[in-house]
Amino acid sequence: MNTIAQAETKREVVKVEGSAPVIIVEDLHKSFGSQKVLNGISLSVKRGETLAVLGRSGTGKSVLLRIIIGLEKPDSGSVRIHGQDIAGLALDRLGEIRIKMGFLFQHAALYDSLTVEQNVAFPLQHHKKEMSKSDRTDRVRNLLAEVGMEAAVAKMPSDISGGMQKRVGLARALALEPDILLLDEPTAGLDPISSGEIDDLVIKLQEEHHMASIVVTHDLHSAKTIAGRLALLNQGNVVIEGSFQELQNSDIEFVQEFLKHS
Amino acid sequence: MIAGKFSGAADLTAPFEGPSALPVPSAVPTTNAVSDFLEWFGDLGTFSWRVMRAAVTPPFEFRELVRQLDEIGSKSFPLVALAGAATGVVLSLEARYSLTRFGAKSLLPAAIVFSVIHETGPIITGLVVSGRVGAGIGAELASMKVTEQIDAIEASAVNPYRLLAATRILACVLMLPLLTLASDACGLFMGWVTQALVEPMSLHQFINSGFNGAGFNDFLPPTFKTAMFGLIIGLIACFQGMRTQGGAAGVGRAATSSVVLSSLFVILADVVLVKLIIIFFP
Repeated sequence: MNTIAQAETKREVVKVEGSAPVIIVEDLHKSFGSQKVLNGISLSVKRGETLAVLGRSGTGKSVLLRIIIGLEKPDSGSVRIHGQDIAGLALDRLGEIRIKMGFLFQHAALYDSLTVEQNVAFPLQHHKKEMSKSDRTDRVRNLLAEVGMEAAVAKMPSDISGGMQKRVGLARALALEPDILLLDEPTAGLDPISSGEIDDLVIKLQEEHHMASIVVTHDLHSAKTIAGRLALLNQGNVVIEGSFQELQNSDIEFVQEFLKHS
Repeated sequence: MIAGKFSGAADLTAPFEGPSALPVPSAVPTTNAVSDFLEWFGDLGTFSWRVMRAAVTPPFEFRELVRQLDEIGSKSFPLVALAGAATGVVLSLEARYSLTRFGAKSLLPAAIVFSVIHETGPIITGLVVSGRVGAGIGAELASMKVTEQIDAIEASAVNPYRLLAATRILACVLMLPLLTLASDACGLFMGWVTQALVEPMSLHQFINSGFNGAGFNDFLPPTFKTAMFGLIIGLIACFQGMRTQGGAAGVGRAATSSVVLSSLFVILADVVLVKLIIIFFP
């Protein structure tokens, strides 16, 4: 059975729990100077569901993720996490919501002065202060084992490959057991084998943790492997949203052009 | 430990590199430069407010503070001590020459002591630390900013103003007076050594003669004014580092502007503080 077929089978097992979406994005607008990046995007994601956001470079995919986690402010529109509008929240209140969110940055963004183990322990040290040192070490080792990086605990981020850094980034994102996972280009810059490994890892983690996930990517193969639903962005708006099959069946010119070149 | 644009943050990422980067010619650019200058100060004010608010609200980052005290304090000590010692030697040589010309050679110890503790010790310490620590903080935070590490801290629900800025600024404020004491001590010691090599004099005699007539007002205000230098160095270096844009070039610009601006503001602050000390501690 090939990877995609396996993924299809696995996705059927993942239960999309409840009907209320965990993430609701409504009519989001964002400009940088005169450049309009997002132009009225609306999306929603339920628990246990993975949405892949596709689009050409510079269409605002990463900006969308940064707005969802509160690293950027939208010009207008709203982002509700568990029903709570995050616009205008103070940093500490926003922090309470962020604890429930895991974020994998495009280049992993590991802390370069800390070891792999210390990177994964960072969120635990700050938010699980009641956790004993041995429990924390166990938790970090388990997380690293989950992403296949248990042998690299003492290494510095600069001593491991890009794919490994993303694995560690994933372990760090999962440290606080989030119920929302945001992945920014998880396979960008990786060779096909490493990309496939990351895809498999994301599917496995999704099965185990049943999170609401948004994966931003321009890699169609990765998107259809990881996600049950895809949203294609163009000029700051969602052109089409649905299954890969629905994208294939679409007669929208941009959709066909995107699929043809992917 | 670990070295954005943060939520709730004003846009601190404007390209303006500080007052030293002001373009001059023609009417329109001048207007832009003035507005950039004012915007820079406005952003600095906003940044200062956020850091202050983060610094006084829990959770407190004691472990990072201790690490920064070591990084800024003990690791700056050799350089500050060397600069202080060199200043003491130069002061002793220059003062001997000048005072001998005017027939006031007996005032040499007092001239060295007062010069060192009143001005040269504090200002040399401020400038040396602004060079070493200002560049270090500016480059470290800028590097973290351009590699999204600061965003990662914020995404982990940790306040980067508290973890990165408040700890570094507080460490600068606490360590500058202590480093000044070290600089003063090295300067006075080497001033005495230089003096004793030309004309034998015991250290006890040198200190007694030098501090004759000196009081706490001669010693404490000039030493503790360097806490203000520390505030300036820490604040400007953190601000310039955390508003960086533009990859490796941006990191270089942040390090340079941190040193240039913090040195400039330390000197300007010294002018004001010397006047205030003269008024309030005559």
